[in-house]
Amino acid sequence: MKRHLRELQPFNKEAEDKHIREGHGLHPLDAYLKPGRIPHIWCPGCGLGVALTAYIEALHRKKFPVDQCSVVSGIGCTGRIAGYLDMDTYHTTHGRAIPFATGLALARPDLHITVFSGDGDLFAIGGNHMIHAARRNVNLKVICVNNFNYGMTGGQAGPTTPIDAKTSTTPMGNAEPGFNLPHLAHASGAIYVARWTTFHPRQLVHSISESFDRKGFTFIEVIAPCPIGYGRPNKLGDGLEEMRYYREMSEVRNGADPGTAEIRLRDKILVGKFVDKERPDFLENYNNLVIAKAQAGKKGRAA
Amino acid sequence: MRFWRLPLDSESHSIPHGMVHIIENRCKGCGFCIEFCPNGCLKQSKRFNAKGYHPPELVLQADDCVDCGLCTLICPEFAIFTELKAPKKITEEDIRKVTTRYSRKDTRFIKP
Repeated sequence: MKRHLRELQPFNKEAEDKHIREGHGLHPLDAYLKPGRIPHIWCPGCGLGVALTAYIEALHRKKFPVDQCSVVSGIGCTGRIAGYLDMDTYHTTHGRAIPFATGLALARPDLHITVFSGDGDLFAIGGNHMIHAARRNVNLKVICVNNFNYGMTGGQAGPTTPIDAKTSTTPMGNAEPGFNLPHLAHASGAIYVARWTTFHPRQLVHSISESFDRKGFTFIEVIAPCPIGYGRPNKLGDGLEEMRYYREMSEVRNGADPGTAEIRLRDKILVGKFVDKERPDFLENYNNLVIAKAQAGKKGRAA
Repeated sequence: MRFWRLPLDSESHSIPHGMVHIIENRCKGCGFCIEFCPNGCLKQSKRFNAKGYHPPELVLQADDCVDCGLCTLICPEFAIFTELKAPKKITEEDIRKVTTRYSRKDTRFIKP
């Protein structure tokens, strides 16, 4: 059998560069995106693009230069955000976005470090790191995009899947109740806890830009539609249908007790800014308690 | 409800007049902008883009765009944005439009 193979073209760097530059810069927010990466890989109707736009808009509003910001993300659909942003971003191993970002925050206290990751990354495999970073009050801005399942690997049940929800690994319904993320973050010691859905992009931008002003561990949960992994088995419809559901069923209650903000399938979603308090952050405590004492007592290497 | 005259301070206020820009080949047809535009400026077009989705297009009331920027924020694909063209003066027509739009129940999205 004779096969006709396509002739191999030598690599043409100029043509490739032109292809990458083509179409970049048409949108005003393209200045924050790497050229050639848009369109992104997320499904039509996915809410991750809204969360990314809200973050970029918050940066734009605060007028931070991109070399003062850094984004760390883990594995999953949300982890791709680090690849799309044109700044110093890190795509770390599964669940280890927060330890990596902690190191970065301690080495470079002048940076605004955002951890952008999904619920499976931050609360399933990285749950331990998350609660301890909140306890230490490291200066991190955590944005957790919650879509109630592991979207990238095929819609398996995760720690945030509500009870009785169907996923590809729980076809008869989930027997475990899901995590209440704002309550967990608040109980672990986060100083700023908010939850918005992708139907509330303005409030989300406001929350993100507010969290940039806080010094300490802030946590913002973004509830995003996942039409393929979570919407289809649970008959929630496509992304637009899920957005309509957020419009009808979300209830803004600022300052509510995060303990009451549990999410159930086809039930109302409490959104709002739940917690905003002040607490000395890790570096401040470390400088005041350890470094100052060591310098005063001439002990240790710091003296 | 009808206003029988223009508000007395209408000279000192203006309505921002925006222009919607759509980058059609980035659109994946999720329909968020069409559904959530507060002034109903967008609708789904019958054409296809390069990826085979139906991008949004402007409807006749496109003059109603007030540069609120919600479509920019809610678009997951960086495919739509608004630009402030010019502020325009308030006319009786605008007052009539606004009062009729917000005084009756918006039935656009309620399914039969």
